[in-house]
Amino acid sequence: MKKKLSPVSSLFLVLIFFILYAPIFFLIFYSFNSGGTMFNFESFTLDWYRELFGDTRLLIIVLNTLVIALLSALISTIIGVIGALYIHSVKKRQTKSTFLSLNSVLIVSPDVIIGASFLILFTMAGIKLGFYSVLLAHIAFSVPIVVLMVLPKLMEMSPTYIDAARDLGASSIGVLTKVILPYITPGIFAGFFMALTYSLDDFAVTFFVTGNGFSTLSVEIYSLARRGVSLNINALSSLLFLFTVILVVGYYFITKRSTKSGGMGVRK
Amino acid sequence: MGNKAKFNLYSIPYFLWIVFFVIAPILLVLYYSLFDIDGNFSLVNYKNFFTPVYLMMTLNSFWYAFLITFFSLLFAYPTAYLLTKTKHKQLWLLLIIVPSWINLLLKAYAFLGIFGTYGAANKFLETIGIGSKQILFTDFSFIFVSVYIFIPFMILPIFNALNKLNPTFMDAANDLGASTWTTFRRVIFPLTLDGVKSGCQVVFIPALSLFMLTRLISGNRVITLGTAIEQHFLVIQDWGMGSTIAVFLIIFMFLIMALTGARKRGV
Repeated sequence: MKKKLSPVSSLFLVLIFFILYAPIFFLIFYSFNSGGTMFNFESFTLDWYRELFGDTRLLIIVLNTLVIALLSALISTIIGVIGALYIHSVKKRQTKSTFLSLNSVLIVSPDVIIGASFLILFTMAGIKLGFYSVLLAHIAFSVPIVVLMVLPKLMEMSPTYIDAARDLGASSIGVLTKVILPYITPGIFAGFFMALTYSLDDFAVTFFVTGNGFSTLSVEIYSLARRGVSLNINALSSLLFLFTVILVVGYYFITKRSTKSGGMGVRK
Repeated sequence: MGNKAKFNLYSIPYFLWIVFFVIAPILLVLYYSLFDIDGNFSLVNYKNFFTPVYLMMTLNSFWYAFLITFFSLLFAYPTAYLLTKTKHKQLWLLLIIVPSWINLLLKAYAFLGIFGTYGAANKFLETIGIGSKQILFTDFSFIFVSVYIFIPFMILPIFNALNKLNPTFMDAANDLGASTWTTFRRVIFPLTLDGVKSGCQVVFIPALSLFMLTRLISGNRVITLGTAIEQHFLVIQDWGMGSTIAVFLIIFMFLIMALTGARKRGV
């Protein structure tokens, strides 16, 4: 088991990591290019960043994206925890697996289907496309991942804790807030974090349910990129990369501290 | 058991979510697929789906999704295998996952620059003497970028499966005289098949429905089921036909899940 990797294997891994990271650093590198293209590096400049921070419209979009992400993560975490508690409380196997399947529908559905069906839903329900439709959609697709992050924690919790609390006279609410919730906190945090990244990253669903006046970062980048290369996007991507790294490191330490085997998830 | 009723009361938000965002959308898509573009009830959309235009598109979409899944697996398996052999393997795994958290659009956008006419890829081709080529807007670029985007999702389940593998099995195979290849074929691969299956599932289904990459990277040359749905909903405004394609995509999705579904007990 403790054999060293052969040179060929190491080379292969190095190559894979190079290919995975090269495009990201490529973007960041050219964000400092005064030439205005992604192929001819003229000289170092911070103009694109300056332009970025001067662009009020874009800053509002960034703010929108963050507000949507935080709100949807918060609300979906609450609903998800409730869902996990319910699914855990179901005793019948048949019912349980039905709920688990229903729960995972939105995880396995392609984004296009979610987007299209939500568009129909919001139109039928008379919800104006814009902030609220995007928020509702983000809450909706984040709920199941929270459930899946919390459920394993509930399952590994020994039921004797609850029995002990009961015997000592705790009420249902007491059991929930003093025993169950503290125990599953790492799962809740992981779920919240995943919901946050889901929301920040989503493009397809938002693209369907966003109206004319409202835009999130992903949708904005898409419309900019369709017009061709503009180094504003590069500057934006460096900042987002930095932000993602900070999030990941933060998440890594949170899970590292709370559990020995921090369950890492990937975005859909 | 006595607290069941109380839990039900708490659970109302979750039930509402299931009813409005899981069941209702599927039913609505089904309902809309039964109306033609003028809003009359008809099965014309289903009839249209079975015309060569849509069947070819479906076939094409499956072919591209297959290629994307195949190449992802081809590169993901050795990567996952080698990762389990490294020291600090969890850290390396994290580094594989980090790019998957970078916004998808930005990664696609990066390739606009790299594969562009004067981009880094062409510079490289010129340096090694092949000369510059049209890379962007070809099948190659589409598949390359898709594999690039999906490969972390393939690596993760395979890595987890390999990681759970009991090393004594390999030792036993070795002791019994199996070659490395035999050990892989008869012991390692069958035992990690569940990981491979779930990896294929999480790559194949999204690959069927990609629509943003087809526009940015392949310049509308590749039309997948996802592109067609987006086109019908947002451009042509023919929600009926769009829903019909969506219904078929949902059916395909369930078939693929049934095919690759490694049913484990519990979660």
